[in-house]
Amino acid sequence: MRRIGQVRWELAIVVWAVALGMFFPILWMLLCSFKTEIAAVATPPALFFHPTLENYHAVLERADYLAFARNSVLVSLGSTLLALALAIPAAYSMAFFPTRRTRDILLWMLSTRMLPAVGVLVPIYLLWRDLGLLDTVFGLILIDSISVLPIVVWMLFSFFREVPAVILEASRMDGATQIEELVHVLLPLCTPGIAATALLSIILCWNEAFWSLNLTTVKAATLTTFTASFSSPEGLFWAKLSAASTLSIAPILIFGWMSQRQMVRGLSFGAVK
Amino acid sequence: MTGEVASKPTRHLHRPLLAPSVGALFLWMAVPLAMTLWFSAEHYNLLRPGKTAFAGWENYRDLLTHRALWIAMGNTLFLVGLVLAITLIFGTLFSLLLNQDFPGRNVCRLLIIAPFFVMPTVSALIWKNMLMNPVFGLFAWITRSLGFGTIEFFSRMPMLSIVLIVGWEWTPFAVLILLPALHSLNPEQIEAARLDGGGPIALFRYIQLPHLLRPMAVVAMIEMIFFLSLFAEIYVATGGGPGLASTNLAYLIFRDALLGFDVGRASAGGVIAIILANIVCFFLMRVVGRNLEDLR
Amino acid sequence: MSRIWKAIGLLAGVVLLAWILYHPGRRPELTVATVNNADMILMQQLSSEFEKQSGVKLNWVVLGENILRQRLTIDISTGSNTFDVITIGSYEAPLWGERGWLVPLDDLGADYGYDDIFDVVRQGLSYRGRMYAAPFYGESAFTYYRKDLFRKAGLEMPVQPSYEQIRQFAQKLHDPEHNVYGICLRGEPGWGQNIAYISTLVHAFGGRWMDSDLKPQLNSRAWAEAVGFYVDLLSKYGPPGAITDGYNENRALFANGNCAMWVDATSAAGYLLDPSQSRVATTTDFAKAPIANVSNGPGWVWSWGLAIPASSKRADIAKQFIKWATSRQYIATVGERFGWLRIPPGSRKSTYEIPAYLQAAPFAPLVREAILSADYTKGSRSLVPFVEVQYVGIPEFQAIGAEVGQEISAALAGRATVQQALALSQAEAERSLKGRSVQ
Repeated sequence: MRRIGQVRWELAIVVWAVALGMFFPILWMLLCSFKTEIAAVATPPALFFHPTLENYHAVLERADYLAFARNSVLVSLGSTLLALALAIPAAYSMAFFPTRRTRDILLWMLSTRMLPAVGVLVPIYLLWRDLGLLDTVFGLILIDSISVLPIVVWMLFSFFREVPAVILEASRMDGATQIEELVHVLLPLCTPGIAATALLSIILCWNEAFWSLNLTTVKAATLTTFTASFSSPEGLFWAKLSAASTLSIAPILIFGWMSQRQMVRGLSFGAVK
Repeated sequence: MTGEVASKPTRHLHRPLLAPSVGALFLWMAVPLAMTLWFSAEHYNLLRPGKTAFAGWENYRDLLTHRALWIAMGNTLFLVGLVLAITLIFGTLFSLLLNQDFPGRNVCRLLIIAPFFVMPTVSALIWKNMLMNPVFGLFAWITRSLGFGTIEFFSRMPMLSIVLIVGWEWTPFAVLILLPALHSLNPEQIEAARLDGGGPIALFRYIQLPHLLRPMAVVAMIEMIFFLSLFAEIYVATGGGPGLASTNLAYLIFRDALLGFDVGRASAGGVIAIILANIVCFFLMRVVGRNLEDLR
Repeated sequence: MSRIWKAIGLLAGVVLLAWILYHPGRRPELTVATVNNADMILMQQLSSEFEKQSGVKLNWVVLGENILRQRLTIDISTGSNTFDVITIGSYEAPLWGERGWLVPLDDLGADYGYDDIFDVVRQGLSYRGRMYAAPFYGESAFTYYRKDLFRKAGLEMPVQPSYEQIRQFAQKLHDPEHNVYGICLRGEPGWGQNIAYISTLVHAFGGRWMDSDLKPQLNSRAWAEAVGFYVDLLSKYGPPGAITDGYNENRALFANGNCAMWVDATSAAGYLLDPSQSRVATTTDFAKAPIANVSNGPGWVWSWGLAIPASSKRADIAKQFIKWATSRQYIATVGERFGWLRIPPGSRKSTYEIPAYLQAAPFAPLVREAILSADYTKGSRSLVPFVEVQYVGIPEFQAIGAEVGQEISAALAGRATVQQALALSQAEAERSLKGRSVQ
């Protein structure tokens, strides 16, 4: 048995090594973003160097970071809200009123997500052009929410199924309608799970690159487009690319870190027995 | 067990609730899919407009008789299987570690989950240019300093390099789901096992692992969705090469659609990808689905 | 209601508010799509002057070459009217002009100086004599080498090296212990990457892509010799992992002092002489592109041009912008403000008569000569009815180039023999060209 107060150093060292190893690539990128272009490719790698902000200056001067960031925020929040609005009723109905086809529907929903986006790019491009949705925030929200929808439905379905049916039945005995039952009983019960799903969806939408690169130009372009404009230009680009990448992942990384408690609490599948 | 809840009068209401979601997905699937099916039966190249003509099965025949499709399918399955295994094994391992008590545990957790928040293109760029580059990269410098020479990641082991990058990105996701599941394990159960004299291995084998099976199924399902259509990492890191060594189905379709602008053949590839996804999904659902039923 | 629900409500409010407050400007706007090459970034920086002069607001879309090409091709071939000014190369301009996707640019005015543009550059951006893209900068290819390393090894680079000499130099200068590799060449697969270089190599060995009936010739002896030479040279004396090195990576390698020689596009010269971007600024020298059995120039000519999609509703303003960005005056402004090494080169004859430029850029005469000697009709030894330089001017070439590039990179990685790679390449090319004739 473990004695209380004893610090387990050997364990701490192992976990710290693992943690630093996992984080190292990000740290390395952060360091590179403060080097000059020539120092960034130096061998042996420079650990001690004069930090410079010139890459950030160059990057911010070239592109309107805030406009890209605003679109990223709008798109990831908007798509998440839309996806939740569509998914909550569906997951509710599948979890509590399953029919013989429920599993097929679930399976089919998941399979829609497995179609490589590039396979439908031309059809979607033609549709979006005809609907006037090219380069609009709404157009991007629409497509992003549809691409996360299967995952959101599936996760909510898993959470809802863990709610004992007895609880809902009790409220129904009290004469609650289905909508009331959903809003007043189920949602409060599953709040951590819904929050975790929403957080996951926000992260996935923030990092979505394919559609935002292909369906937007100026007005709705997100941070993934911002990063793309700094990848593989001519000449030495490591440092500037690092700066641009740091700028585009910083918001979501901080957001993720701040919300990880909610996420961890909500994502506990199998917690309810 | 859930089915009995629905009493007759309310049953009809579930349709309107299901409708928006199914409808949206159906539109998403049906309209582009119909267009994809249509294009897949045509000679349609963006660079030769006005020369569209009915092709019948020709695009499919072209694809199915070409070795690229089979190599790509093999690569797709290899990638899904290996990365799933890696993320689940390391995810479990890291979760077990993080579940212990030691100084700085919260910071470690933050550091370990961080890779999941990084955009796939960015992480591929970091790995390719700053770590695995055989001349400037940090790994090359380390191996050279140790006298092992240079590892040419992308020429010698392109698939494993991709697996490494994707595994790094998605192991944190497994931790995110498995760690809370471990937390939720009843402490009395663990204490009881310990009093019975079971070592940590027995504890893991008989108490923790069974408890983790369901969250693992969730991880596997969600990750599989992403890995089957994995694209950004391959596009950035290897461009599907050398040869076809790291080309998966998504990349193969990309090659037809956006390097050759052959919409007809790319659409046929898309249709084949959906069919493959459904087959894989069907088998996985049987495994996962049974798991879900058993545990309820 | 719990806190989290309030938070979600609040977020929804924020989204809605941001949406309502968001409205685009009212000045006339032009959407300009361009490549993220350094010359174009300068154009973006300088464009505020054009905005001031004309009262037009410019929206920039700056992307990497490959992504940009995909975006533009899909956009223009579906007639989606997203861009007003696009940046395309001499491969696309004639093909897209032929399809009526571009506005002809023959009417930029007498003061534009059409005669001042290099004929070969202008020809490359034209279809049936009409210019569809205005050249922003142009390039050919030559050999970069490190004169310090050559001197130390007691070697001398001739003005016109042969590939046999290049091989011997590479062998002597290869020093992987010190991170100096004998030769750097493009290895990254792609029709604009390894294929561009290999095409010129094949031409130097007397081969060609296809005959006048569009029958692929990849199983010919010249291809086997050229690709065999390339694989042998680069895997013995090249940097490790050469299959991921494209133009950019090689440029970084050379600038960092890792290459003794490099055969590639002339447009990198300005940067390699710029001490803030290159460690070899004082030790880099230049020679002509190497030759083998055939000697008719490097057969490499490329230019980036600005064009207007036919669907643009603001073609008049777009023309003003293009005229501004490709004028002699623009080149002079860049030279005076940012230094002469940073001007967009290779588009106009008059650039090579500016004393300040000639003084800053010792390689300029060699570039001029390489561009003048490049000829679309003589890229390969036999005359063919289509353009064949470092690319072939037919729509299928992108697909063929992508696949052949992959096969050759497999050979370079040692995963296939040269014979296997070329046999598969031939099959791919035949598949892509099935049922095609010249007309």
